Amino acid sequence: MFLKEYFGTIFRSVRSLLKGMKLTGYYFTHPKEIHTEEYPDNRATLQMFDRFKGEVVMPHDDNNEHRCTGCQACEIACPNGTIKIITKQELQPDGKKKKAIDTFVYHLELCTMCNLCVVACPSDAIVMAQTFEHSVYDKKQLKKVLNKPGSKIMEGVE
Amino acid sequence: MSLFLEISFSAMANGLHNWLAGSISNATLVSVTEMAIAGVSLLLFLVPLCFFLGYMERKVAAFMQIRLGPNRVGPKGTLQIVADTVKLLFKEGLTPNASDKFLFNLAPIIVVVTSMLAMAPIAFAKNFQIWDINIGVLYVSAISSLAVIGILMAGWSSYNKYSLLGAMRSGAQIVSYELSVGLSLISIVILTGSLRMSDIVASQADGWWIIKGHIPVIISFVIFLIASTAEINRAPFDLAEAEQELTAGFHTEYSGMKFAMFLLAEYINLFIVSAIAATLFLGGWMPFHLGNWSFFNNVMDYIPGSLWFMGKTFLIIFIIMQFRWTFPRLRVDQLLTLEWKYLLPISMVNVIIVTMMAIFGWHL
Amino acid sequence: MSLLGEDIMTEEGEFVINIGPQHPSTHGVLHLKVWLDGEMIKKVQPHLGYIHRSIEKMSESLSYRNFIYATSRMDYLSAHINNQACALCVEKGLQVEVPPRAQIIRILMAELTRLSSHQLWWGCTGLDLGAVTPFFYAFREREAVLAIMEESCGARLTQNYCVPGGVMYDIHPNFQNRVKDVIKQIKSKFQEYDDILSGNVIFEQRTKGVGYLSPEDAVSFGCTGPTARGSGVSCDVRKWFPYDGYEKVQFKEILETGGDCYARYMVRMAEMKQSVYIIEQLIDHIPEGDFQAKTKAVIKLPKGEFYQRVETARGELGVYIVSDGAASPYRIKYRSPNFSNLSALGHMATGSKIGDLVAIMATIDLVIPDVDR
Ligand code: SF4
Ligand code: SF4
Repeated sequence: MFLKEYFGTIFRSVRSLLKGMKLTGYYFTHPKEIHTEEYPDNRATLQMFDRFKGEVVMPHDDNNEHRCTGCQACEIACPNGTIKIITKQELQPDGKKKKAIDTFVYHLELCTMCNLCVVACPSDAIVMAQTFEHSVYDKKQLKKVLNKPGSKIMEGVE
Repeated sequence: MSLFLEISFSAMANGLHNWLAGSISNATLVSVTEMAIAGVSLLLFLVPLCFFLGYMERKVAAFMQIRLGPNRVGPKGTLQIVADTVKLLFKEGLTPNASDKFLFNLAPIIVVVTSMLAMAPIAFAKNFQIWDINIGVLYVSAISSLAVIGILMAGWSSYNKYSLLGAMRSGAQIVSYELSVGLSLISIVILTGSLRMSDIVASQADGWWIIKGHIPVIISFVIFLIASTAEINRAPFDLAEAEQELTAGFHTEYSGMKFAMFLLAEYINLFIVSAIAATLFLGGWMPFHLGNWSFFNNVMDYIPGSLWFMGKTFLIIFIIMQFRWTFPRLRVDQLLTLEWKYLLPISMVNVIIVTMMAIFGWHL
Repeated sequence: MSLLGEDIMTEEGEFVINIGPQHPSTHGVLHLKVWLDGEMIKKVQPHLGYIHRSIEKMSESLSYRNFIYATSRMDYLSAHINNQACALCVEKGLQVEVPPRAQIIRILMAELTRLSSHQLWWGCTGLDLGAVTPFFYAFREREAVLAIMEESCGARLTQNYCVPGGVMYDIHPNFQNRVKDVIKQIKSKFQEYDDILSGNVIFEQRTKGVGYLSPEDAVSFGCTGPTARGSGVSCDVRKWFPYDGYEKVQFKEILETGGDCYARYMVRMAEMKQSVYIIEQLIDHIPEGDFQAKTKAVIKLPKGEFYQRVETARGELGVYIVSDGAASPYRIKYRSPNFSNLSALGHMATGSKIGDLVAIMATIDLVIPDVDR
C-alpha cells in the first residue's frame, strides 16, 4: 500500500513535469509563435488605434486657422492644470471687441491623457493625437503652445 | 575527416610532448611546460564556451517564452554577451564596508577555480584529455563538492542577511545532493569496473550504458540529471539565489567582475555536469552504433569524436536549461524531502540492482 | 571588522530582515519587516506609505467629473472598475438613470478588465514561485485584451472611460469582432495555463496547505474578493449588491473551501472562465441607444452621504462621498480591497517559510498603490 502510493506520487509528479516541458518544448520548436513586437524597427508600419490618447493638439487648416474661441472650458475641465489659456481682446471689423486666444499653453508633462478637455470643448477645437514618442532631454520642451504663430480663428466658429 | 580530426587531436598532444621532450632535457620542466600549455588552452576554451552558453541560455529562454531574445548587438545578437562582459568589466566592484574583505574577495576566486579544476579529467575526444587520472570520477565529485565552500564564504563575508540565508540554504542543499550524485555515478563505475574516464568511455564502444544498462541505468541517469541540477544551484533548485525570495542570495553584494566570476563558474559547472553525464551515460566521444548495421556504423564513425562529445553534452545542457525555464522553484524543505525521501532511497536500491547486473552480467 | 552574529541581530537577539520597499516580489513598494527564526517566519509587519499620493484629499478639490480619473491610479489593474465605482456613486447622488447600452458596455469593459488583471496575476504568481515562462504566456493574452481597451477607450491601463451618466464615448465599430476573436484565443489557452502551472507538481507543493486563512479570520480581517472566496466566504458584490445590471447576467460566484494559496489560485482561475462566460453572453446583445445620460455641465450632488460598492478584480471597493451641495465633494473615502487583504498577510504567513511568504503575497494579489492611495 505504502509502496503503491509512493510510486504513484512519483509517477504523477513526473507526468506533470513532462507536461510542462512538452509545452515549452513546443514553443521552442515553433518560432512562428513568437510575439515580440520589434518596436523601433516597425515604426514605418506601426498603426496606432485612432482613439489612442497620445497628446492634446489643436488642428489647423490650410489657412492657418483653428476653431478655438478662448472660452476656457477646457482649462476648467482639466483636473490638473495642464492647460493655460491667455486671451486677448481683438478688434472686430465692425468695431466691437471680441475675446480671442493669444496663447494656448499645454504642459505635456502634467497631462494624464484623461480626455476631459476634449470632451468639454464646445467648438471641437482640440483633439487627441496618436503620437507617443514624447521623451525629450529638457523638461522645458514639454511645455507646448498649441495655436500656431499667426493663426486666427476660423470663420463662423462661435 | 573523422580520422583526420582524431589523429590531429591526439597527434597534436603527442607531437607537442615529443617536441618538448626533445628540446628540453629536464623531465620536470617538460611537465611544467605542458601544464602551462594545458592551463592556457583551457582558459582559451572556457571563455568562449561560457560566452556561447550565456548566449544559448538567453536564446533558449527567449524561444520558450515566445520572445526573440538578444538580437541587437552583432548578427542575431551573438555579441550580446561580449557587450555584457565589457559592461561588467567597467563596473565598479563594490566591497561593502562591514564585510570581511579578504574572504569577500577570495570567494569568487575559489568558486571559479574549483569549477575549472573539475575540467581536468574530461575526455573531449580520443586521447584528448588534460589529465587521465585513474580516479577520474572520484576526483570530479570530490572537487565539485568544494564549490560550496566558496558559496558559504561569499554569503558569510558579505555581511548581508539575504546572503547569509542564501549561503545556509546552499550548504544544506549541496551536502545532501552530493549523495545522490555520487550514488548514480557509482552505478556506472560498478558496471565498468574502473574510475578512469578513458576506461569508462572505452567500455561503451559496443553501446552506450544508457542503452546497455536497461532501466536501472536510465533511472540513475535521471537521478544524476536532477541531483546535479541541484548541485550546481540551477533552477528549479536555485534556492541559494532565489531572486523572488532572497533578491540574489549569496551574491547579492557582488558587482562588476566579481559577480561575473560567479556567472562564469555557473556556466562552467553546467558544462562539466553535462560533460560527465555525456561521458558516463551516453558514451562520451563514442559514436552511436547500431548492432550489425555496418554501413550505418561506418557513417557514424565519420563524424568526429569531439563532435559526438559536444553534441551529447549540449543536448544535456539544453535539457537542464529547459528545466530552468519550465518549472517553479521548490521550497527549502521540499528540496530536502525530494532528496532524502525520493532520490536517495531510489538510488540506493538502484545501486544494488546495478551491482547484481554487473555480477551476473545481465547487461548487454 | 565585525564578526557576523554579533550585530546582525537586534538587541533582543532577533533576526529581522526587511523585505522591500525594493524587492522583486513585493510588486511595488511594499515594505515588510520580517522576524525570522532560521527560515521560519515569526512575525510579519507591513510598513505602508511609500506610494501615498493622497488621492482622497486631492479629490476634495476637484469637481465631480474630474475626480474620477485619479482612481485609475489606485488599483491600476482594475482601473475601469474603479472609475465605474465613482461614476456609480455620483449617479446615485444625482439619481440619473444610466442608459442600458452604457450599462452593458460598462459590464463588458469591467469583465475584460478583470480578465486582464487575473492574467497579469497568473503570470506574476508563476514568476514569484520561480517559473518565469508563464509570465510571457499570460502577457500574450493580456496584450490582446488591452488592445480592445486601447481601441475603444483610447488607453490601455488608465482608460478614464466611465463618466457620470454612462461612458465617455461609444464603443468602436470594431469592438464586437475584436472581442469575439480575443475570447476565442483566450479560451484556447486555458489548457496551457493548466499544463505549465496549475497541474505542475512543484506548484501544487508550493501552494497546497500554505498560508491558511480560515473563513472566520477572512471575515474578521475584512478580506474580500478571491482572497475571501478562497476560504469559502461568499462575498461577491456582483451577486449580493448588483449594480449596472449585473442582476440580469448569469454567472457563478466561485467558492473554494481550502483557504490556502491553492484555493485562492483556483478561485481566480475559475473567475477568468466566468468572465469569459459573461462576455460571451453580452457581446451579441448590446442594446441600441444612448451611451450617456444627459447630465448638467456642472454636477452638484445634493447634500448627504453616498456609498457605492463594486467588485474589482481584488475584492470590494467602496466609494464613500460626503456632499455639502457644492460642486466638489466635501469628503471622499475609498474602502480599498487591498488594504484589508494585506492586513491578513501577517496572520497567514506566521509560522511558514520565506518561500511561503512570497507565495501568499502572490495569491492575495496585492497592488500597492491601492493600499496607500
Ligand atoms: S487630457 Fe486631461 S490632463 Fe490632459 S489636458 Fe486634457 S483634461 Fe488636462
Ligand atoms: S480649446 Fe475649446 S474649450 Fe478650450 S478654450 Fe478653445 S474653444 Fe474653449
